[in-house]
Amino acid sequence: MYSQAKRLSQLALSPVLLALTLFSSGAWASNGQRWETNMTTSVTEVGQKIYDLHMLVFWICVIVGVVVFGFLFYSVFAFRKSQGAKASNFHENTTLEVAWTIVPFLILVVMAWPATTTLIEIYDTDDADIDILVTGYQWKWKYEYIIPEGDNISFFSNLLTDKSEIYNTAEKGSNYLLEVDEPMVIPVDKKIRFLITANDVLHAWWVPALAVKKDAIPGFINESWTRAEETGVYRGQCAELCGRDHGYMPIVVNVVEQAEYDQWLAGKQAEAAEIKQLMAQTFSMDELMQRGKAVYTRSCVACHGANGEGGVGKPIAGSPIATGGVSEHIGLMINGVPGSAMQAFGGQLNDVELAAVVTYSRNAFGNNMGDKVQPIDIYNFKKGQ
Amino acid sequence: MGAHGPAKGLSRWLFTTNHKDIGSMYLWFSFAMFLLGGSFAMIIRAELFQPGLQIVEPEFFNQMTTMHGLVMVFGAIMPAFVGLANWMIPLMIGAPDMALPRMNNWSFWILPPAFALLASTLFMEGGGPNFGWTFYAPLSTTYAPPSVTYFIFGVHIMGLSSIMGAINIIATIVNMRAPGMTYMKMPLFVWTWLITAFLLVAVMPVLAGAVTMMLMDIHFGTSFFSAAGGGDPVLFQHVFWFFGHPEVYIIILPGFGVVSQIIPTFSRKPLFGYDSMVYATASIAFLSFIVWAHHMYTVGMPIAGELFFMYATMLIAVPTAAKVFNWITTMFKGSLTFETPMLFSIAFVFLFTVGGFSGLMLAIAPADFQYHDTYFVVAHFHYTMVAGAIFSMSAAVYYWLPKWTGKMYNETMGKTHFWVSFVGFNLTFFPQHFVGLAGMPRRIPDYNLMFADFNMMSSIGAFIYGASQLLFLFNVVRTITHGEKIDDPKVWDGAHGLEWTVPTPAPYHTFTTPPEVKESEAHG
Amino acid sequence: MASQGNTGHEVYYVPESSKLAVCATIGLVLTIFGAASGINDGTFGDPNESTNSWFIFWVGLAFFAATLFVWFKTAITEHLAGKNSAQLKRSYVIGMQWFIFSEVMFFFAFFLALFYIRWFAAPWLAGEGDAGRSNYLLWGDFSYSWPLMQTPQDAIGGVANQVMANNGVFSGPERSMAFPGFGELFKWLPFYNTVILLTSSVTVHWAHHALLHDDRKKFHQWLTVTVLLGVVFVGLQILEYYEAYAHYGLTLETGVYGTTFFMLTGFHGFHVAMGMIMLLIQLLRSVMKGHFTKDDHFGFAASSWYWHFVDVVWIFLMLVVYIF
Ligand code: HEA
Ligand code: HEA
Ligand code: HEC
Ligand code: CUA
Ligand SMILES: [Cu+2]
Repeated sequence: MYSQAKRLSQLALSPVLLALTLFSSGAWASNGQRWETNMTTSVTEVGQKIYDLHMLVFWICVIVGVVVFGFLFYSVFAFRKSQGAKASNFHENTTLEVAWTIVPFLILVVMAWPATTTLIEIYDTDDADIDILVTGYQWKWKYEYIIPEGDNISFFSNLLTDKSEIYNTAEKGSNYLLEVDEPMVIPVDKKIRFLITANDVLHAWWVPALAVKKDAIPGFINESWTRAEETGVYRGQCAELCGRDHGYMPIVVNVVEQAEYDQWLAGKQAEAAEIKQLMAQTFSMDELMQRGKAVYTRSCVACHGANGEGGVGKPIAGSPIATGGVSEHIGLMINGVPGSAMQAFGGQLNDVELAAVVTYSRNAFGNNMGDKVQPIDIYNFKKGQ
Repeated sequence: MGAHGPAKGLSRWLFTTNHKDIGSMYLWFSFAMFLLGGSFAMIIRAELFQPGLQIVEPEFFNQMTTMHGLVMVFGAIMPAFVGLANWMIPLMIGAPDMALPRMNNWSFWILPPAFALLASTLFMEGGGPNFGWTFYAPLSTTYAPPSVTYFIFGVHIMGLSSIMGAINIIATIVNMRAPGMTYMKMPLFVWTWLITAFLLVAVMPVLAGAVTMMLMDIHFGTSFFSAAGGGDPVLFQHVFWFFGHPEVYIIILPGFGVVSQIIPTFSRKPLFGYDSMVYATASIAFLSFIVWAHHMYTVGMPIAGELFFMYATMLIAVPTAAKVFNWITTMFKGSLTFETPMLFSIAFVFLFTVGGFSGLMLAIAPADFQYHDTYFVVAHFHYTMVAGAIFSMSAAVYYWLPKWTGKMYNETMGKTHFWVSFVGFNLTFFPQHFVGLAGMPRRIPDYNLMFADFNMMSSIGAFIYGASQLLFLFNVVRTITHGEKIDDPKVWDGAHGLEWTVPTPAPYHTFTTPPEVKESEAHG
Repeated sequence: MASQGNTGHEVYYVPESSKLAVCATIGLVLTIFGAASGINDGTFGDPNESTNSWFIFWVGLAFFAATLFVWFKTAITEHLAGKNSAQLKRSYVIGMQWFIFSEVMFFFAFFLALFYIRWFAAPWLAGEGDAGRSNYLLWGDFSYSWPLMQTPQDAIGGVANQVMANNGVFSGPERSMAFPGFGELFKWLPFYNTVILLTSSVTVHWAHHALLHDDRKKFHQWLTVTVLLGVVFVGLQILEYYEAYAHYGLTLETGVYGTTFFMLTGFHGFHVAMGMIMLLIQLLRSVMKGHFTKDDHFGFAASSWYWHFVDVVWIFLMLVVYIF
């Protein structure tokens, strides 16, 4: 909970708290601890190795630091002129200089060894049980489960935190900015391979507890993997500056028992089948407007405003596109406007959603075109491209 | 010739060819940029004071981060050290001026318009650069605001300035040393600058190449950074960091030089291991060319590349270690006093080493998978750049200010500046290690509650540190206007070197005929 | 001729204050500002657009050029007046050498790009290597060969099928500029360019040789030949670009092959043009003003180093852009 006065008073006590919590290892499983000072411990074997490596290097630095700074402070303290110190005049000692070249080198070798073995393990992405294609978009993630036989299933994962919390008009929850509408779900104790890419700019997919951080690069697929050993909810964030809402594209991964995963997957597949069916359906104006409004609120408001008045994007109200030819309008939605923030929604929204949002744009905000666009129109347009 | 004093009025500064005038202009300009970049940092820290959005919108926050980084690196630190080089190198090697005085003036004068151009982008349609000081494509190309074109040309001009400045410094050092001033007798500040200048000439053109590729991709349809045409966004990072990593040593090496002048002075003892200092600096410069991809451990390089860059990066600790040990051994069995320059220098050795340690941790590739792009990195580079470059710069100003102005600064105020800076600095940046490790990404305007406490500490520290810089400014200005006059050429009783043989304040023209360098006047 | 100080050392000439730097700054800034605005407001190459950007650009450039002219003239005048000590001349030599080094590093950036694309990026896109093994998901059966005649985008049938956002159409060229084999050698423009540029490096050397022997006439002759060879080189390069655009379908927009081809040869060609102008100026100085003596001709020497530098760059280009 967030109380200003309480925090300020704690801040005054912070040195004490710090001393207490310094490098105590706290897990960052479901929600993080305040005053956490050290690296998130991991629920994977590799992650644990990284953690140990981190601590090894840290302690080596501490020891070297104690020696070096000890020598520094001793010199500063012992040879004060005010205490009558007289300067000697030596300025060379080859033995000493050779020694302090070789010793650090040997220390480095001690670090390099475990670093190398760990790295080799991290790079071994073979023999995965499940492949998931992770695509970064400005500013959301798309997860596509690659199903060897049958259709892949895919969905987007958006920030759930409400604007009111961000703008301080509502109390912030404990998962503030680290919550999404649809988390990734994976089974425990299975090797999951992430195929990471991006649609627009660079992003980076990072979940500390799973010990995965990999850049998402448009046009290239990077591989990474994890094997979570404990069920739980693990949270992370995009870790590469990707534009305005870089701070607002969290990642949530639910690690569940295999059975639960199977059930979840079956549910998703059923949902996909349903959408497939909807695609073939013809909707009434009301249905389209209703669905369109939902899509608009979810995907478009951020740039075009609640009343289509525009913002980052051009206004929809009275827009020459939304009040012009249908196929130009569909084309713009599918392909976006290259070089502008207006993305290609063809790959992000399904045909039902596209049909609905086009219809909605043409008939809301005072645009009174009266025409309907059906999923089949979208399908045909895509095919004709 | 030679007897003339400076011209009067504005034209003195506009048309000057005098290394001291030009040095002063660089120093003032860089201080102005430091205040500007610092103000941007204050906006960042104010927004990060608590979670939630209070002061600025994310879009503007990104512009602040970007401009803060750019202005500090290119506007504050680099020109500051070039200013020092202008003032001190001719004095230290017994030269009448820089080798190419008119070009020297030009190198300076193209900087203010370049930064004016850069700053003006904040007011342009679509806003200023918002893609980080590393301006990774395609965020800085396809997805950039239109002002990026001005940014690109601004970088070109800054690069031109740096290249000309560096060539001038090389020519001066190589060609203008007084008789008897052999290479291995040069003060270390001159040595570090010679090597820095070499780095500048080598990598600034590469940066120019990088922004030129951006320009082509944005406006002329090329596909350097687009996979659709066979290019690769990561190519940008390789080109950028080929410049960028040597750049961080460009930032720190002159600071090493400054500290190597100051510590012997206030230890009243010659620098320990002069030769090894020179070789260490050269090794650092050499290694800096083969470590660049340690900024890119997470881009998906093949493992062989990853290992190569990891080992090479770790190696840099060896020559740096030699330097640190040399400084400390210089103090060992000395006769130490703690005037402001010395305080800043000791803090430099201490805090820079802390930054070096975190650098070493970052160098460990598997661990960097967890550190990368978090506040741990931010903490690392402020320990090296603020406690490194800025502290050494502050030390240099206090150290040479009496020589420049013929007046003594106020020691109490200087020490206050130091202690407030020291506390403020550590309060700002030490907690950033913690939030970084705990998982706070960098370049975000807003964060989860678990990071709140340390961020608040950090912001408070930043305001303290920032305020102490105003004290610094005040002290310098007051010295110039009201400082106590001194005329001892030596200023500091332990000082060595040619710059302390000319009168105080240093006359407008010095060494119009070169001095003969005696053994005892060689490096400190 | 250098002036002597009372200690017997030469005195280094430090010019009194000068307006040159400030004028050059104004010129440069106007040029840059005009160019940036012109590129930005989309009026690039469109004379009918009524904006002032290109006007600013041209005014700035003219002013800049004029300043440089005066600058060099001043330096030459001072030199002829005997103000320059041997030491100052060494400063100029060092300055020029490091300037050329900086140019080398500029080209290095573009060579780095070329090698990175050829050795890593493009093969990865085609699924080669561990780093690229999943990329078939994005680019189907795109395959790598150099010159890259088919872009990844082409390989999957155009923009519409692309998984990533559409930020441009990159269609491969119809033909490349690569070495066509010895049978076609004499129909291949770059072959002539190589011969020309190599020859010109020799002729400029002969000119230098003539100057060292005080043979003014031969100096002028060989220098003229060198400049003319430069003109022919640039002319042929323009012809080559025309061919590329008109007959080969090879443009800046044809993916990384076109990109690297034009950027590398383009910057090289630009440097040849600069070097040519530098040499031409030295020729005019000698012909019209009788500048240079057999042991004092820095302006000419510097220009000829520059010329050798563009020659060496060309040899690398020839090897990695055209042949291998
Ligand atoms: C002045 C600037 C400066 C300096 C000097 C350094 C010095 C070093 N840096 Fe730093 N670095 C930056 C500025 C600097 N850095 C910046 C600006 C960034 C971020 C850029 C961005 O992304 O925006 C960065 C980022 C950065 C990264 C990338 C992190 C990431 O993004 O994930 C790495 C990784 O290897 C790194 C490593 C190092 C190392 C190994 C050194 C070494 O040189 C340090 C050597 C010193 C010591 C080690 C201490 C002294 C030694 C001893 C006392 C002896 C013995 C010690 C042992 C044997 C343990 N730095
Ligand atoms: C040499 C370079 C340098 C210097 C000196 C500094 C100095 C400071 N920097 Fe840094 N910084 C960078 C280089 C530097 N920085 C770089 C390269 C980045 C990365 C950018 C990127 O991600 O792209 C960065 C990023 C960066 C961040 C991360 C931003 C983000 O990721 O979003 C933060 C956050 O705290 C920060 C803070 C500060 C602070 C508080 C100072 C202070 O030391 C500044 C102190 C100075 C002043 C404050 C000015 C003087 C005072 C006034 C003008 C009066 C007003 C004062 C008050 C109101 C108190 N900087
Ligand atoms: C990230 C920002 C962003 C989002 C999200 C976004 N748009 Fe846009 N949109 C833009 C921008 C920017 C333009 C202007 C493009 C241009 O022409 O330069 C635009 C243009 C348009 C236009 C054309 C307007 C005109 O008159 O030219 C329409 C219609 C449109 N968007 C509809 C939508 C719909 C429907 C959605 C949601 C599914 C959406 N946009 C989501 C940024 C966005
Ligand atoms: Cu996506 Cu940052
Ligand atoms: Cu680096």
